[in-house]
Amino acid sequence: MAIAFEQAGTKRVMRDATAWERLKTNREWLSLWFMLPAAAFLILFLAYPLGLGIWLSFTDPRIGRSGVFIGLENYEWLWGDATFRLAVFNTVLYTAVASVIKFAVGLYLALLLNEKLPFKAILRALVLVPFIVPTVLSAIAFWWLFDPQFSIISWSLKKMGLITANIDFLGDIWNARWSVIFANIWRGVPFVAITLLAGLQTVSPSLYEAATIDGATPWQRFRFITYPLLTPIIAVVMTFSVLFTFTDFQLIWVMTRGGPVNATHLMATLSYQRAILGGQLGEGAAISTAMIPFLLAAILVSWFGLQRRKWQQGESND
Amino acid sequence: MSIFTRRTLVKGGTAAAAAAALTGPALLEWAKAWAQNAPWKPEKGAKLSMLRWKYFVQSEDDAFVKLIEAFTKATGVKVDIARESYEDVQPKASVAANTGTGPDLFWGLYSLPHLFPQKCVDVTDVADYLGKKYGGWVPSAITYGKSGNKWIAIPICYSGNMINYRVEASKKAGFSKPPETSDAFLEYARAMKKNNTPGGFALGHASGDGNGWVHWCLWSQGGNTVDKSDKVIINSPETAKALEYAKALYTEMIPGVASWNDASNNKAFLAGEINWTDNGISIYVAAKKDASKKQIAEDMDHAYWPVGPVGKPTELHLMYPAMAMTYTKYPQACKALLAFMLEADNFNPWIESAQGYLTHCLNAYDKNPIWTADPKNTVFGQAAKRTLTAGGLGSVGEKAATAIADFVVLDMFANYCTGREDVKGSIAIAERQLKRIYR
Repeated sequence: MAIAFEQAGTKRVMRDATAWERLKTNREWLSLWFMLPAAAFLILFLAYPLGLGIWLSFTDPRIGRSGVFIGLENYEWLWGDATFRLAVFNTVLYTAVASVIKFAVGLYLALLLNEKLPFKAILRALVLVPFIVPTVLSAIAFWWLFDPQFSIISWSLKKMGLITANIDFLGDIWNARWSVIFANIWRGVPFVAITLLAGLQTVSPSLYEAATIDGATPWQRFRFITYPLLTPIIAVVMTFSVLFTFTDFQLIWVMTRGGPVNATHLMATLSYQRAILGGQLGEGAAISTAMIPFLLAAILVSWFGLQRRKWQQGESND
Repeated sequence: MSIFTRRTLVKGGTAAAAAAALTGPALLEWAKAWAQNAPWKPEKGAKLSMLRWKYFVQSEDDAFVKLIEAFTKATGVKVDIARESYEDVQPKASVAANTGTGPDLFWGLYSLPHLFPQKCVDVTDVADYLGKKYGGWVPSAITYGKSGNKWIAIPICYSGNMINYRVEASKKAGFSKPPETSDAFLEYARAMKKNNTPGGFALGHASGDGNGWVHWCLWSQGGNTVDKSDKVIINSPETAKALEYAKALYTEMIPGVASWNDASNNKAFLAGEINWTDNGISIYVAAKKDASKKQIAEDMDHAYWPVGPVGKPTELHLMYPAMAMTYTKYPQACKALLAFMLEADNFNPWIESAQGYLTHCLNAYDKNPIWTADPKNTVFGQAAKRTLTAGGLGSVGEKAATAIADFVVLDMFANYCTGREDVKGSIAIAERQLKRIYR
């Protein structure tokens, strides 16, 4: 002990490693540095724009000119703005109807494609086509399909003698809403179908074999094997699907520009019209910011709800 | 000025010959002489960049490039041209004005210079020079070009939006052409619909054709969004009258106009589905070019907008002003270029190459052959004289631009015509929006 002490005293002083030295060899500290590029990326391109958008919504800037803080004025104005309320209604309707139908049709398609079909690979590729076509192109195609004068749908029905005048697809308030919802469904189904198909293929065939031996009906096999095992992926797919639908812009902008009389204006299109075309950046930012609570709610429902076993199996084991 | 300018069509009179003669070496020769005599001497080593709206017709841009090349050869000043779709010039110019860097010159849409008047080079001398030389500016151009006592931009041209109609169908309905008063025009629409040859105006979010006709309708009945001091006065019996008129007209239109955008009426007209609408000269130019549409080109013509109870034209055409920014290092070169563009030897061939899409703002150019060569072009030549300015009685600044871009008046009309709101409701919504924009 004494010798050791002496040695330490003469040759090398034993001392506690400094905080810095400990930090240098600390693996957690090191990993922080490895995460830094990713974090910087996220902060720069996600957190900062989001924060800036929220800040803008409390100010009154115009394009090319900074504004001053005006508190909740933008929100107060929007609260009394009939067009904004209409846009919120349209967005919720659009998202709800389109998402539900996309899910139903997508799941049905996925189950179908999971069966043993002839030309399975080709069929699966074909299903993806609507998703591959650039949105703007498909929107233009739908714009022609729904044209008040040149619609092929009206034309065919007229030739068949079912109607006498062209259907006013995009000029009538409710027709226009259903038309854009239809276009959105057409575009969104492949995403849901293919992702769910991927999920289906992870379900072990032995479970189905066991169930078949036990005498389960096809419905029971779906309800008690497929559905519970698919729930996590349903949660993910539907979260994305709802987010995409809620923030849709291109389809509406190309097909109707929010018309007729704002009946198809979504919050995203109204925000663009007010902020970029009208130059009222603060108001546009406020409309965008007003979308956040809806989106958060959609995410929370799917992540905390659909992921719980109770929801999945209807039992009490959490 | 030099003797060369005496050869210009304004003074010489033989317009077509002069315009045709001044190409190639002749143009260069003239340009050189111009540069020597021009009141603006470009700074040494000057280089300019310009952002302009994207052309509608290739031939217009070709003529423009030729003009710029002549300028470069004559003055030694290189000019970089960038083109953006016309809706995108405004945001870019605003950012440039705010940050103090960017193109030296911008050429954009109607109220652009008024968004930042203090950032525009005072071009009063250029405007005075051109006005004196070419028979004066039309009043609407003065409104667009001036801020207070000084000119902040040079109004280059308008893009006209007029009534397009089919001749035969109109004759069958008992009209040699669309009538000149708004009440008679309603009769015309009624008769046309009765004959199963209806027409229509866009009531969807069509920035050009839609805004064009609703502003005409509002103003023709004496309605206004704001008064001279920018006070909102939309809530008036005249506005209500305009709404009633529009609704009566709407019921005589082809179904589906509520969904129309700027391209819809072109399509429908060229397909023979509609027989009257409002548009630029593009339908006619397209019909002339397409051999299969020859019959439509021959059977169509253009007319002024009918005059309403207010007793004077109340049209809204698109203005394209050009301006130099105060941050430019070469203000003299900018001024020289702006003046050069509007000199007869440059401007005449250029406006001809635009095939009637664009209308001059200087009175002397009334004589340009484009307006008489084809009588169907003639009405477009008067666009600058007949137009009111964005915002009507009020200022032409960013508030007016916002109201138009946000479709405030268009939505008011659409709300009432489609039966979504009653008169009071439609006006109230527009009034609320306008009060915020004009606060």
